Amino acid sequence: MSQNGKMIRKKDLNFWQRIYIPEILKGLRLTFMALFRRKITIQYPEKRFTPPDSFRGRPVLVEENGVERCVACGLCSRVCPALAIEVQANETPLEKERFPERFEINMVRCIFCGFCEEVCPEEAIIMSKEYELVFESQQEAVFGKDKLLVPIEKVRDRLEFLHKHR
Amino acid sequence: MFETAIIAGAKIVLTLITLLTLVVLTVYTERRVSAFVQDRVGPNRVGPKGLLQAVADVVKLLMKEDIVPKSANKPIHDLAPMISIGVAMSTFAVIPIGSTMEIFGRQIDMMIADVNIGILYVLALTSMGVYGITLAGWSSNNKYSLLGGLRSSAQLISYELSMGVSIIGVLLISGSLELDEIVGKQASSLWAGIPAWNVFLQPVAFVTFVVAAFAETNRLPFDLPEAEPELVGGYHTEYSGLKFGLFMLSEYVNMIVASAIIVTLFLGGYAFPWAGQFGLSGNSLALAEVLTFCVKTGLVMFFIIMIRWTLPRFRYDQLMRLGWKVMLPIALANLVVTASILALMKWA
Repeated sequence: MSQNGKMIRKKDLNFWQRIYIPEILKGLRLTFMALFRRKITIQYPEKRFTPPDSFRGRPVLVEENGVERCVACGLCSRVCPALAIEVQANETPLEKERFPERFEINMVRCIFCGFCEEVCPEEAIIMSKEYELVFESQQEAVFGKDKLLVPIEKVRDRLEFLHKHR
Repeated sequence: MFETAIIAGAKIVLTLITLLTLVVLTVYTERRVSAFVQDRVGPNRVGPKGLLQAVADVVKLLMKEDIVPKSANKPIHDLAPMISIGVAMSTFAVIPIGSTMEIFGRQIDMMIADVNIGILYVLALTSMGVYGITLAGWSSNNKYSLLGGLRSSAQLISYELSMGVSIIGVLLISGSLELDEIVGKQASSLWAGIPAWNVFLQPVAFVTFVVAAFAETNRLPFDLPEAEPELVGGYHTEYSGLKFGLFMLSEYVNMIVASAIIVTLFLGGYAFPWAGQFGLSGNSLALAEVLTFCVKTGLVMFFIIMIRWTLPRFRYDQLMRLGWKVMLPIALANLVVTASILALMKWA
């Protein structure tokens, strides 16, 4: 509101606003109406939040016909700002020729930015809707392929969302 | 002599228990209402609808370690919460919550002490309450606490004045310092069935008194002594466990007492409007009166809570300006006008 230290006021308060009591009553009416508004709290352990498709939960690897889509190009690991992803490539007789022998995401480091998903040329790593991540140790927080691989059927929503909006 | 002592003791115990229960309920209401205003649900896990949440909080406070800062003035640090709570609770002694009830063939006044200078007693004690806060702030040896304590005393001095002056208008009308009589004066009807409550006779005094009461109880538009964002918690920053609990308790007791006094002075006290038409008498009338008093006090408390979640805190200079430049002149003008009208009525 101030320019060169000078207060610029659009309009002075009128008499009733200066008296302040009508304004208090207005405010009270607002808060009183608010008492009856719909509550947004979700009673967590009993009821759970179903995220929209745009939600960025934990990153997962898409598994198609029993094989991961990933070709171990390493782009995700390069782009990851938190250095959470580690990929080790190897050869495979399949058509894609390369596959990740080891694929680890350190969930303690992951910041859920979704850069890996954005950069992936194969749509092989995408953000799921899972948000309940609990570990009891640092070691446990390093998710290997066993935990990361998710069948494609389970992540259709997200894939469709990506096709539509990217 | 012995009998009156027993009756007074019973009354005191009953009042204490009721007050403590009410505090628990008030804390619960405050949290629920605040949650509802903010589209939340609030405590709803402990007990049915979360009613036992405050009890759980009390248990937690009791079990917490009592920490006293190394360089604090220990005796005063201990004394401060006691002053706060003692003063807050004993104020309730003169507030009449009903006329008289007949129990075991005895007429029993529905107040602890029938003091003929009741309102002076209330004023004196409420201004004592600031000692608790100021001493707490000073003895903690913490800058934030000290600031909180200082603010509290400055605030009290500026608002005590307009509070007292606005009460004088009421006293002029009722012609007595006795709370019971002030209520009795309000029980009659003005015209067209409107009860002769002092709100209608002294609307300006009502507004100034309510504002001053907010300042006196450190409730939100004037909660500068504790101002969490600026003072970390103000005078009770260095308190923990039970002693912190006592401050908390006294704050809420003060709120209850303030609403009870507002009701007694301005909203007809325990007087049950249109009581004559229902043909109540004796004990049933007394019960109706107690109920009326509770409902009125409850509504005022709800209002106080709602104000807390509606208005932002005043800046310190705004607080002082409002106190000295607005409230005091208005209260004085109201006093002069009331006095002259009363004098004219006597003369005419």
